[in-house]
Amino acid sequence: MEMVIALAIGVLFGSGIWLILRPRTFQVIMGIMLMSYAVNLFIFIMGRLWINRPPLTLGPGAPDPAAFADPLPQALVLTAIVIGFATTALYLVLMIGARGITGTDHVDGEEPEQ
Amino acid sequence: MPDSMLLLLLVALPFIGSAIAGMMPVNARNPEAWLAGGLTLTGLLVTFFLYTTVGAGDVLRYEAAWLPAYGVNFVLRMDGLSWLFTVLILGIGFLVVLYARYYMSAADPAPRFFSFLLAFMGSMLGIVLSGNLIQLVVFWELTSLTSFLLIGYWQHRIDARRGARMAFIITASGGLCLLAGILLLGHITASYDLDVVLAQGDVIRNHPWYFPTLLLIALGALTKSAQFPFHFWLPHAMAAPTPVSAYLHSATMVKAGIFLLMRLWPVLSGTSEWMWLIGGAGICTLLVGAFAAIFQHDLKGLLAYSTISHLGLITVLLGIGTPLGIVAAIFHTLNHAIFKASLFMAAGIVDHETGTRDMRLLRGLSRALPVTGSLAVIATASMAGVPLLNGFLSKEMFFAETALIGGEENWWMSIAAVTAGMFSVTYSLRFISVFFGKLPAGLPNEPHEPPHWMRFPIEFLVLLCLIVGIAPAQSVAPLLHDAVFAVLGEQTPLYSLAIWHGFNLPLLLSTLALAGGIALFVFLRRTYGAAGCERAPLLHRLNGAQIFESSLLSLTQAASRLLRAIGTQRLQTQLLWLMLALIGAPLFVAGSLPLPAWPSFSGASPVDPLFALMWLIGCACAIAAAWQAKYHRLAALIFVGGTGLVTSLTFLWLSAPDLALTQLMVETVTTILLLLGLRWLPPRIVPLELSLTVPRRAWIRRYRDLLIAAAGGISMAALSYAALVLPAPPSLGDFFLVRALPEGGGSNVVNVLLVDFRGFDTLGEITVLAIVALTVYALLRRFRPAPESIAIPVQQTSDVDPAVRQTPNEQAERGHLTIPVIYLRLLLPFMGIMAAYFFLRGHNLPGGGFVAALIFCVAIICQYMLAGTVWIESHLRMRPHRWLSYGLLIACGTGLGAWSFGYPFLTSHTLHLSLPLLGEIHVPSALGFDIGVFAVVVGTTMLILMSLAHQSIRSHRVPTKSSPNPSHMPTREIV
Repeated sequence: MEMVIALAIGVLFGSGIWLILRPRTFQVIMGIMLMSYAVNLFIFIMGRLWINRPPLTLGPGAPDPAAFADPLPQALVLTAIVIGFATTALYLVLMIGARGITGTDHVDGEEPEQ
Repeated sequence: MPDSMLLLLLVALPFIGSAIAGMMPVNARNPEAWLAGGLTLTGLLVTFFLYTTVGAGDVLRYEAAWLPAYGVNFVLRMDGLSWLFTVLILGIGFLVVLYARYYMSAADPAPRFFSFLLAFMGSMLGIVLSGNLIQLVVFWELTSLTSFLLIGYWQHRIDARRGARMAFIITASGGLCLLAGILLLGHITASYDLDVVLAQGDVIRNHPWYFPTLLLIALGALTKSAQFPFHFWLPHAMAAPTPVSAYLHSATMVKAGIFLLMRLWPVLSGTSEWMWLIGGAGICTLLVGAFAAIFQHDLKGLLAYSTISHLGLITVLLGIGTPLGIVAAIFHTLNHAIFKASLFMAAGIVDHETGTRDMRLLRGLSRALPVTGSLAVIATASMAGVPLLNGFLSKEMFFAETALIGGEENWWMSIAAVTAGMFSVTYSLRFISVFFGKLPAGLPNEPHEPPHWMRFPIEFLVLLCLIVGIAPAQSVAPLLHDAVFAVLGEQTPLYSLAIWHGFNLPLLLSTLALAGGIALFVFLRRTYGAAGCERAPLLHRLNGAQIFESSLLSLTQAASRLLRAIGTQRLQTQLLWLMLALIGAPLFVAGSLPLPAWPSFSGASPVDPLFALMWLIGCACAIAAAWQAKYHRLAALIFVGGTGLVTSLTFLWLSAPDLALTQLMVETVTTILLLLGLRWLPPRIVPLELSLTVPRRAWIRRYRDLLIAAAGGISMAALSYAALVLPAPPSLGDFFLVRALPEGGGSNVVNVLLVDFRGFDTLGEITVLAIVALTVYALLRRFRPAPESIAIPVQQTSDVDPAVRQTPNEQAERGHLTIPVIYLRLLLPFMGIMAAYFFLRGHNLPGGGFVAALIFCVAIICQYMLAGTVWIESHLRMRPHRWLSYGLLIACGTGLGAWSFGYPFLTSHTLHLSLPLLGEIHVPSALGFDIGVFAVVVGTTMLILMSLAHQSIRSHRVPTKSSPNPSHMPTREIV
């Protein structure tokens, strides 16, 4: 499992870097999304992999921390996901706004000299 | 009120006055003058009252904790020297305020002037009353700042702006040197308290860091006091209004440097370094200033150079390092302030009345301005050192000291002193020459005597010149003695202030200077005529201002060249370096990480084939998205969505149901968001279809980026794997797991963390969401799409669907979409209940405000998608702004509620209620907070999506040219 998730993070992050270095704004927004998946997963796995151990302390008596997944990275990632939505929206609006003002969708605001 | 509190009042009053003055109406000249004058007079009376203590030789102290951890306290301290300077600052300040009332024209904005003037006065008082050296530096820099504002008061004039900038750069840089010097001094003496530092003279002088300390402090003092070679800023500062010049360059700003040298004289002086540094700068300034003053044509320019020269004289006296030198220095500081302030004011009156300050034009003014003329002549005589006036006394002392220090055989000091005295007589004669002769006809204005109260300050100051000059022992002697005693303590020498000491060497030198000066004036008059020489012989090559300006220019140019060379405005380049740093930086720290043995599967768990298959799809989607994002945006969007779904499933698999839910909902909303945005992007066609070839450079760039991407991906994978197989360190999570139920009142630890333990963080987050939503809204209100995107897309040109021959609206109302629409409309309440369900159970089971809000939004979006924006908004108004504001209000209100029970902000409390039917239920106050979160997230999502969706149905400003057909895009943008 560790190997699978590590490779997955690597592939998502690599695709993200590739897209972020592209010249068109839409490519960059896709790259940011892929990269944020990778980063969210990376933060999440810092609590290690737990299967069927959600941090819901439903049982009677004092809970045993060793029997549950780490809730802290989960809470951090949850806020990150929602904030990620907001930043994507902001980027999108900047992107279409810049396209309207500059007449191009190149990230530099102008077409490179051919 | 105790005396020490009066000290605080003394420093605080001008600043308070400055704030009040700044808020008065623009044309309130009289109220401003009353305010400033009243405050200054109050300060002056307080100071006189304090003489009862200070005059007895005591030191007044006020102390308050400032940075106790560093042993730095806010200390105000008044001894004889500070008292004298305080009287100078407030006394001349009062006269300047009175003068300014008449000098400033009705067109000049009065609040700005008086506000700056009072702030400057407060800063000056802060310097002279500081009992702590760090605090002194703070006030020092404040005077630099306020004097900059005052010099540049007429901001529409370029000379004022330049002069202000030059003065500021020179004095503020000096201030930085001073700060460094003070820090060194504090290091040597282990204290910044003035009394402690002053007690350690021998320690400081014998310390190996003595010279750097002295040099840095001297740089601060010499720049402030316009000493050679930094003197050039002062003449340029004459672009200030004359009251400012009279104040800053006679009694205050330039005297701050002198004051500092006097203050630290007991601990820094007495070495050869001190003598050469301070004395040397002083001698150069004395001669250069006096010589240059002779050849000025501007009345104020002459006074500026004469000020430089007199400051040099005081510096020489301090540099000599004898106790009698200190006496003369303090005495001359006082005298110079008195006669120079009156001369500046007289020059201002001449300027005000005639409209010019050019000495080549001005003649015979005593006919038009008899009183002002006479006063100016007396003050000038004092400046030249004519007997029976105060300037004579201190200049005599100066001659005596220079003769003494040279001894019997070394006469060069005396020669320099007499030469400077001669020059000063010459420029004084040149100054008063404007009052004699015949009144010329061609002056810009017909001169008249000014209003009496405008002249009053000069009359008062000239009276002081006479009183001090004729009866020094009865008038000024006790004050001078207190000031000298404050510096020298037990070393205070015996001296007598008298006009007549018999025929001695100083008198001879004085007579020589007077006679020589007159002879030089006559000689120059014969050589160059009444107009005078165009520029100062020899010295005009020594143009400090020119050097300053050109070095400033080359510095600016070098900076922009450097920026061009190593900076870029291109985002791609910046991102490239950012990514390289991201990959490269960890390599430098990786050595310290405990790397697991490779390959290490000891800690690894068995692979579930379904999980592996899932990620095979997820990774394929990611790579496909990266591949397709340029030419097939919709496909790329779908692929990214696929990766998002796999991510969401992974969260579910790995025991994070809350994350899975949130990710799923956010994924849905984000996809809709991007779909709405696609419409505004240019169409792009694969170059192969246009039979174009991609240039070679583009391929090279792609291979390079592929390499970077691969490296980044591999290192990220390696890092993740290394982290995963290492045993987990003890986590903070255990703390939350144990306490969530007993203390947070909920068994869903993630939710309790969000709304309770880390509630403040969540409050910040929802605030950010609200801000982003409003920013998006604001940006889209002024959205101007590219011309070719304005036309309705091909797919929408015909509203009628060819398959069923109905428009979408007709389809929804009567056509084949009727049933889904009605069905979905009926589903809305159920979806709402679903959202409420997830919301309510959130504290104990997966769910909560974030998830519920997103579910609710998806429910609304479904309605939009089927029924269309127009229909839905005519039946259901969302008003997202209100959701945002009420949500924030509820969240903050819940947090504030804890205050009313005496707990910190956002403390949670669980209410136990037993209701009929429902039985016992627990209502944590965090539920209220979660309602706020819910509302803000609904508001944010809906505001963003709605404002984006509205762009497609609103009418855009039609560009002047007919919009091109989208199918004929310029090919330049395509590849």
